[in-house]
Amino acid sequence: MTQDTTFHHGDVSTDVRPIIEMTDIEKHFGNIIALAGVSFDVRPGECHCLLGDNGAGKSTFIKTMSGVHKPTHGTITIDGKPMNFSSPRDAMEAGIATVFQDLAMIPLMSVTRNFFMGREPTIGRGPTKRMDVQKMNETAVEEMRKMGINLRGPDQAVGTLSGGERQTVAIARAVYFGARVLILDEPTSALGVRQTSNVLATIDRVRKQGVGVVFISHNVRHALAVGDRFTVLNRGKTLGTARRGEITPEQLQDLMAGGQELAQLEGSLEGTV
Amino acid sequence: MAETIQPAIQAAKDERLKKEGIGSRLMKRPELGAIAGVILVTTFFLITADGAMFTLSGIMNFMTPAAQLGILAIGAAMLMIGGEFDLSIGSMVAFAGLIFGACTVTLGLPLILAIPLTLAVAAGIGAVNGTIVLKTGLPSFIVTLAFLFVLRGASLVGLKIASGGSTQLRGVRDAVEDDWLAPLFSGDAFGPIFAWLAQIGAIETFKNGAPKVPGIPVEILWFIFLALVATYVLLRTPQGNWIFAAGGDRNAASNSGVPVRKVKIALFMLTAMCGALVAIITVMDSGSTDARRGFMKEFEAIIAAVIGGCLLTGGYGSAIGAFFGAIIFGMVTIGLTYTDFDQDWFQIFLGGMLLIAVLFNNYIRKRVTGER
Repeated sequence: MTQDTTFHHGDVSTDVRPIIEMTDIEKHFGNIIALAGVSFDVRPGECHCLLGDNGAGKSTFIKTMSGVHKPTHGTITIDGKPMNFSSPRDAMEAGIATVFQDLAMIPLMSVTRNFFMGREPTIGRGPTKRMDVQKMNETAVEEMRKMGINLRGPDQAVGTLSGGERQTVAIARAVYFGARVLILDEPTSALGVRQTSNVLATIDRVRKQGVGVVFISHNVRHALAVGDRFTVLNRGKTLGTARRGEITPEQLQDLMAGGQELAQLEGSLEGTV
Repeated sequence: MAETIQPAIQAAKDERLKKEGIGSRLMKRPELGAIAGVILVTTFFLITADGAMFTLSGIMNFMTPAAQLGILAIGAAMLMIGGEFDLSIGSMVAFAGLIFGACTVTLGLPLILAIPLTLAVAAGIGAVNGTIVLKTGLPSFIVTLAFLFVLRGASLVGLKIASGGSTQLRGVRDAVEDDWLAPLFSGDAFGPIFAWLAQIGAIETFKNGAPKVPGIPVEILWFIFLALVATYVLLRTPQGNWIFAAGGDRNAASNSGVPVRKVKIALFMLTAMCGALVAIITVMDSGSTDARRGFMKEFEAIIAAVIGGCLLTGGYGSAIGAFFGAIIFGMVTIGLTYTDFDQDWFQIFLGGMLLIAVLFNNYIRKRVTGER
């Protein structure tokens, strides 16, 4: 797997307590069972990949994690304390930030305005309360520079950025606003090779700052390039969690495809299946 | 290995950054088109029109209708940036005029009560418009089109009731003349300064020594004041950022914590209140109100906003642009009377200007977003 380790630097110690731990999560929509027992946790500074084919329940699961859905069964704990999110805002306040595929970016607006959208810093009070434009511009440029993107200027419209760069703005924004767990919904699915490598490098940077990253993908190569642990979701259930180096791309692919070759995988997954 | 890749990526980025000239930076300002339009129209009239157009009294002559339209256009522009339309503002001028007339003449209320009451009724109707649009998800175009007719009809019916059968309500001037609030909303400001300027011969005077321009009509001051406030709000306050965000992409904005519904309803209320302000000023000026007041003004206000760089799709535009858009309107409407051209060229000009502005804005949007 040497060619896959480009974006990986050192292993995360396993004795750290997870930031968020979700156990036996079930979610029913009427008589449809979207999730039938999913367990997942994220530790600080790791990239935990959630893999699964279309319809496996990835979207439902991340929406549960980010507070959009309430689980029908199962427990969510944050720093060991049980939590009950009633809205996405609760999850955000607990440090769970989600970068959805649409990125919540507005192409016509500048990078700065997008970066601080809904959370503008202000100076002054009363009628003179206004945006701290200078601080906003400096912060946006600085945060983007840290992520390896040199803006033409803080007023550059997001529409002029490439897909990978937009993804990076969204990630940088979430991290700047205090994300402890960053959920990335298929961040590389629509990107070219070079932009993908940019985003994977960004994920690695973020992880090194101690943020736990949840990387949702159905691309095994992208996941293996950056992931520390890999959980496969199939038909609303977790098929097991493997650590980096314990599983090959082919095995992951088989698991995502439905686990037909599960028996022969059991050994390499240490019986977690 | 990543350490070797990263600088390579950055270097590749840097070499792709083209230096941006002042020209192309200016191109990205939404109000550029309107300013260019003002220059163009001014040049046109400097060549073709009688010299009287650009004397002080000539300027006041075309700035007064420009200001009356411009107050509406600034509201319309804010709402368009927020991603919605209001086709009912023209009818709102008539309806607010009726409310104002009824308050002052029929009920005999002082301005300190009549003006807030008129503004509140307008804001209430704006809120109804906005709530229907947001609750149903219907296009604001169609909802406010309904209110265009509802309010116009209500003005007619209401006027007949208030005046006893006529569609005109007179006597507003007599009712408000001595009110201490009247100078804020009618007549000319800075009269003493203009009188003094006339005395020292700095401005033109009539034969009896009175200045030809007795002061600055208050609507022009309101117009400038609102343009400045709107620009400040849009460019410098969080609420301004929310307006752009709500108009740019409603979902993205609300996912980022922008209170989209509140922003949009507030904008509908603001636009309606702009209509009411125009009604108060013009009714006090003419001393009466009638059901045709504000007729077609909704379209002119939207056209002025579009000339000012607002996109019909929302999320982009400027209040200063609408300011200049309205001035273009005033200059052309009044300016044609100073030339030998038939006045009816105005409408042809209007359509042509709108088309050019939309094409230009479309081009600008593609440049800004990097679309191809």
